[in-house]
Amino acid sequence: MQFAFTEEQHQYRDIVARFCREQSPSTRVRAQMASEAGFDRELWKQLCGDLGMSGVHVPEALGGHGYGAVELGIASEEMGRVNFCGPYFSSCVLASYALLNGATPRQQAEWLPQLCSGAVIASLALAETGGSWHPGTVTATAVERDGHWRIDGIKSYVLDGHVADLFIVAARRPGSQGLEGLSLFAVPATARGLSAHPLKTIDTTRRLSRVEFNGVQASLLGEAETAAAGLLRTLDQATIALASEMVGGAQALLDSTVAYAKLRVQFGRVIGSFQAIKHRLADLLLELEFARSAAYRACELAAEDPLPLREAAAMAKALASDAFMLAAREAVQLHGGIGFTWEHDTHLYFKRAQGSSVLLGSAAEHRDRYVLSLAARAAGDRL
Amino acid sequence: MSIPTEASVRDEVRAWLVENWSPELGLAEWRRRLIESGWGCPSWPTAWFGRGLPPALAAAAEDEMRLAGAVGVAQFGVRMLVAATLLEHGTDEQKRRLLPRLLTGEDTWCQLFSEPGSGSDLAGVSTRAAEDAEGWTVTGQKVWTTSAQHAHYGILLARTDWDLPKHRGLSFFVLPMHQAGVEVRPLRQMNGYSSFNEVFISGAHIGREGLVGKLGEGWKVALTTLAHERRLADSMRNWGRLQLGAGRIYEELKTEHAAVMEPYKWYAQRAGRADLLIERAQRSGRIEDAVVRQDIARALMIERASEWTAARARGARANGQPPGPEGSLGKLAASNVARAAARAHASISGAESMLAGEDGPEQGLIAEILVSVPACSIAGGTDEIQRNIIAERVLGLPREPGGDAEMPFRDVRRNSSGSR
Ligand SMILES: Cc1cc2nc3c(=O)[nH]c(=O)nc-3n(C[C@H](O)[C@H](O)[C@H](O)COP(=O)(O)OP(=O)(O)OC[C@H]3O[C@@H](n4cnc5c(N)ncnc54)[C@H](O)[C@@H]3O)c2cc1C
Repeated sequence: MQFAFTEEQHQYRDIVARFCREQSPSTRVRAQMASEAGFDRELWKQLCGDLGMSGVHVPEALGGHGYGAVELGIASEEMGRVNFCGPYFSSCVLASYALLNGATPRQQAEWLPQLCSGAVIASLALAETGGSWHPGTVTATAVERDGHWRIDGIKSYVLDGHVADLFIVAARRPGSQGLEGLSLFAVPATARGLSAHPLKTIDTTRRLSRVEFNGVQASLLGEAETAAAGLLRTLDQATIALASEMVGGAQALLDSTVAYAKLRVQFGRVIGSFQAIKHRLADLLLELEFARSAAYRACELAAEDPLPLREAAAMAKALASDAFMLAAREAVQLHGGIGFTWEHDTHLYFKRAQGSSVLLGSAAEHRDRYVLSLAARAAGDRL
Repeated sequence: MSIPTEASVRDEVRAWLVENWSPELGLAEWRRRLIESGWGCPSWPTAWFGRGLPPALAAAAEDEMRLAGAVGVAQFGVRMLVAATLLEHGTDEQKRRLLPRLLTGEDTWCQLFSEPGSGSDLAGVSTRAAEDAEGWTVTGQKVWTTSAQHAHYGILLARTDWDLPKHRGLSFFVLPMHQAGVEVRPLRQMNGYSSFNEVFISGAHIGREGLVGKLGEGWKVALTTLAHERRLADSMRNWGRLQLGAGRIYEELKTEHAAVMEPYKWYAQRAGRADLLIERAQRSGRIEDAVVRQDIARALMIERASEWTAARARGARANGQPPGPEGSLGKLAASNVARAAARAHASISGAESMLAGEDGPEQGLIAEILVSVPACSIAGGTDEIQRNIIAERVLGLPREPGGDAEMPFRDVRRNSSGSR
């Protein structure tokens, strides 16, 4: 049923939430943040193994759980709530969707079971140094000679590029423009001519790399020069999962701030009794619930046609970005001095919010896509 | 009897319409049929003009009515708040006497809550109801009373005991408006309309049958009205719309509209008219402007998100789960949507948004939006009060310490009379 979770979905949420709460307390998040890999392989194994969270939305025949985008949204939201560390979004969401939307059935059967089991960590190498995820901005090139494809170019903002085993790379026929001439490739991280450089990030719970390709041999995924539509769909679907994750993070911030406002006493009363604080928290709740509604609905629309999907994704991401950033700013502010310390967990979320709010496009970019899409549809309707 | 399903409800409504609906009926006669059958208010209890259907099935029944082009019961104005309050707190006699004519539209109602001295602090009203042999004699002044100029009845919050703390000395009444001792004077609003009024009450009479709930428990009854007012805030934007069709009943609807809908003609505009944004931006070419697009997106996204938030609350209820915070946000959400939409309209119109009437964009409609939207965040409980409610009831934050809640009302500091 629309706008409401089924009993099974509630149960699934409980399971994921318990796992996240128990296995990813902030002490463990902090340890992972400080580590070179940025995540804990044991924890990752658990997530991929018994829980099967890694393949929640992937068909059973391809090693997944066979649920849908709603369950992926649930898992993402609960992980966002605890700042879960690990290549989930990069490998299980972005790369998996890229394969589902762009690879042949045979290629899917080759790779997806490995992604779902966690044996292979994959990452989508799409954005470049310009910082746009729109496939039209790709400049990396792919040339076929003697049945072999070779890729040249520099990818940036590649999620978990420092630990990925496999890159799914978008590149274009030299001289092609925009959404034309784009193809998708699989490239193992060990390929000759490939070098990944970890980038310093504000949010150390989510790592980024610059990945350079110098004449790297690559295997084509799907059909040559037809990757654009699948990539757009991949981005929209991943954007919805990311928005869900952000809603979880914003909720954690609201919860901790409300709890603090009920405890902290100044001027002889708890600060949560000051209207200046109550009203801001009420406004934050409203923005968060808007973002939540948009994310939940978008999960239901994730299998739709391109335009409704794009609008749902754009709306979910724009609202989630604004709500998460607002939650982050308010959480620091309403905690006072302690909110500005390294010791306190608020900054972990603040940094996640800062990063997520521009990952896959800023709120403003998504607002623009949203209106342009509505306008295109309205113009079409009137023809 | 089998449990109704959406399909069975739809079948039943369709069959009933075939037997009963005709556009050549008189409006009141048709609405009486609706009321007797229970299809006029399918979610109401079966004992009281309804069919006791859960919200989702009631919506399906209403949808069938719409599809058939059938006219519904009268819903505009404060009717549905009054009805909800009477259903919960009224006596059987009151429900029998008052509800049918409320639903046929023969009686019009108004809400006599706010006073010059107390609006947000509604429990501080000082209109006096003094008990006598036949009932009560009422003296005082109400203000901002929408539609009082048309009303047959008003729901009245008045003080019956001045020695008790403010919440405990109040009683809730039905005041017949057409009597000596009730004088209605229209007030002009910033948007030029005169929907709300001052109501001067000097020695007006209320019989025993006019008390709703117990004496001294008026606050509890008023809270029911207010809860429904918050919930229904968003539906007001449809009140101004006239249902068109061919036949006698539609002619009578037109007459009803002209007679009593005047106060609500701008209600769609006060909600911001986000529905017009895309089309206006395209027609004017302003869609090319990236800054304008940002403003439009902000409005449309929160408009849709607030619809979805309401849908989530309904979905949770339909599944038998208690709605979470999403059930309490509607009124504040509606203010935000209205403001964002007004801003986007101004952004689309640019310099033209200075112009009104026939010189203004859309024959003055945009100007009407811009000067009507401010009502949204005041009427029916201000945004500040909504934030207090959300912070206290949803987030569980403590109340602001207030000094007046426990002392006898006669000792409470109040606005000096006549000030506003
Ligand atoms: C178009 C319109 C139609 C109306 N129709 C009706 C009607 O039919 N019947 C009826 O009874 N009333 C009606 N009202 C009145 C409306 O309910 C009141 O105006 C409203 O509740 C505010 O009361 P007030 O005007 O006395 O303002 P006040 O309560 O004096 O408020 C002034 C300002 O102080 C703020 N404020 C007050 N208390 C607090 C607090 N505790 N914390 C923070 N801020 C606070 C308010 O938010 C506001 O910004 C209508 C109003 C409008 C605008």
